[in-house]
Amino acid sequence: MTLTALAITAMIKVIVIISVALLGVAYSTYLERRLLGILQHRIGPIYAGPYGLLQPIADAVKLIFKEDFIPDNVERVTYTLAPVIMFIPALLTFAVIPVGDTITIMGHEIELVISDLNIGILYVFAITSLGVYGIVLAGWSSGSKYSLLGGIRSSAQMISYEIAYGLSIIGVVLLAGTLSLQELVAQQESFFSWYVFRQPVAFILFVVCAVAETNRAPFDLPEAEAELVAGYLTEYSSMKYAMFFMGEYANMLAVSSVATTIFLGGWQGPFLPPVLWFVIKVFLCMCVYIWIRATLPRFRYDQLMNFGWKVLFPLALLNTMVTALIKVL
Amino acid sequence: MASYAAVLIFLLLGIGLVLVTFFTARLIRPSNPYKEKNQTYECGERPFGDSWVQFNNRFYIFALLFVIFDVEVVFLFPWAVAFNQLGLFALIEMVIFIVILVFGLVYAWKKGVLKWV
Amino acid sequence: MLEVVIFYLSALIAIGGAVLMIAQRNPVASVLYLIVSLAAQAVLYIQLSALFVGALLIIVYAGAILVLFLFVIMLLNLRGEHFEGQDQKVGRITKYVLSGLFFIELVIIVRQLAIPARTDIVSAQTATDFGGVEPVAELLYTKYLFPFELTSVLLLVAVVGAVVMARREKSEKQGGV
Repeated sequence: MTLTALAITAMIKVIVIISVALLGVAYSTYLERRLLGILQHRIGPIYAGPYGLLQPIADAVKLIFKEDFIPDNVERVTYTLAPVIMFIPALLTFAVIPVGDTITIMGHEIELVISDLNIGILYVFAITSLGVYGIVLAGWSSGSKYSLLGGIRSSAQMISYEIAYGLSIIGVVLLAGTLSLQELVAQQESFFSWYVFRQPVAFILFVVCAVAETNRAPFDLPEAEAELVAGYLTEYSSMKYAMFFMGEYANMLAVSSVATTIFLGGWQGPFLPPVLWFVIKVFLCMCVYIWIRATLPRFRYDQLMNFGWKVLFPLALLNTMVTALIKVL
Repeated sequence: MASYAAVLIFLLLGIGLVLVTFFTARLIRPSNPYKEKNQTYECGERPFGDSWVQFNNRFYIFALLFVIFDVEVVFLFPWAVAFNQLGLFALIEMVIFIVILVFGLVYAWKKGVLKWV
Repeated sequence: MLEVVIFYLSALIAIGGAVLMIAQRNPVASVLYLIVSLAAQAVLYIQLSALFVGALLIIVYAGAILVLFLFVIMLLNLRGEHFEGQDQKVGRITKYVLSGLFFIELVIIVRQLAIPARTDIVSAQTATDFGGVEPVAELLYTKYLFPFELTSVLLLVAVVGAVVMARREKSEKQGGV
């Protein structure tokens, strides 16, 4: 393939992935509200369009028409940048996720991944480690007590769970011997070779840490409305607020995609086309996210920190060492 | 090696998208700020004191511990990848490495630093 | 071609970010510029096929150490205005003289090294995957085993330092939230 053709395919892939990701983000909000409604014996949004399917669009239109007032007490530049810094890393994860097998269009073999970096897992980990900035900066620049407390709480929580998050992936890397996500998927061809079965402890650790990393219930302390109003979001309105919201859901989608790729066999599956399998798995992961939110009560902050450092971290270390030991024997 | 360039394109497009969204929103939304509206939110009361509250310096200690153990995790990545080639020897050396660090963790634990108050 | 464009762009951003970082009064803005600079440097490493080093730069420096910096800035509540009016004349002259001297020193060193012409930029990155994950692992866990194990001792010392600091601050009974 010529360089131009390569560039064009890359461009198309980037645009398609970004569009699908944004659509996914929009409909994740719908999914969350409907599913929460069902789980709580309510109905959820049903009036905008059939089954309320146009609700995300209605929300977007509403938010874009809202006044975006900037309180006098903020640090303007950082305050404006924070939602962007929150959103961009969340989006960037999708650049390395393989969504399907190699397909052939007009004689060209096209890999269904934007960039098959051979350090894909490290890339994901690096992007995750940048996720904390949006929240810290939002909290700091808002000039509000609630924002500051929410931001600092959230960031301390994220960094505490990030270590166990990284360690849980290392269990898989030990078995796989590669950091490339595409190869990882290739290794999980049969159902029982999925890493969720070969590394069950790592999977549980990963899920817990992922929920904490994305600040979702039961780890949603920064947004604990009873004590912190809305945490770091308190002083935000209109599109900036929407950007944080999109960042949160994009993060959830990204983490679900990573979990699917690393532990649940990626796009592998029988009968249906690979891309569809990938979407189904990510969808199920999102449902679990929402299910967890509907079921579990919120942690207290000291419990959360203790859990991260005194349970998850040692457990993750132990899991890594045991895996290595078994592998040697 | 063209693969990382695709990531850069992704990044640029993402930023462009955000800029376009912000710009469009700026064109169509109303703007009517006044003094009361622009006050910092404080449950309907007039805000008092500095917005800055002194927070627990434990946050700082946890950040410090995070840096230390994050370095450890980063060291584990190449080790895990090359584990097949390195074998038992690698396991032993990593166990030594981790035991030394776990010693630090236990020390912090025993001294009550990991306890949130 | 693309490689060269990306190289110059990243180099420019890396240097520009670093310069803007020291030119800021607001410490948080400094941290942000440093992150930008580090990200550009990571791109440079990746161009050299030193993928692991690039990832390391983001994970450890941008993702961990700078978070710590931000925490310190927030803990001390350093904002731009804290540094207004601290610009005494003597201090200003000293800093320009010192940085001028340093710059001259830098120029001399660079000229002495006689850095080869830049035609090999493109070829250098195809030569080897030095700095990739596997090469680093092979070297780190065999040849440089002892320094690697010493690193853990270093990290242990850092943990002990953090603990001692935490305990001292506790004994001073500082109020907090």
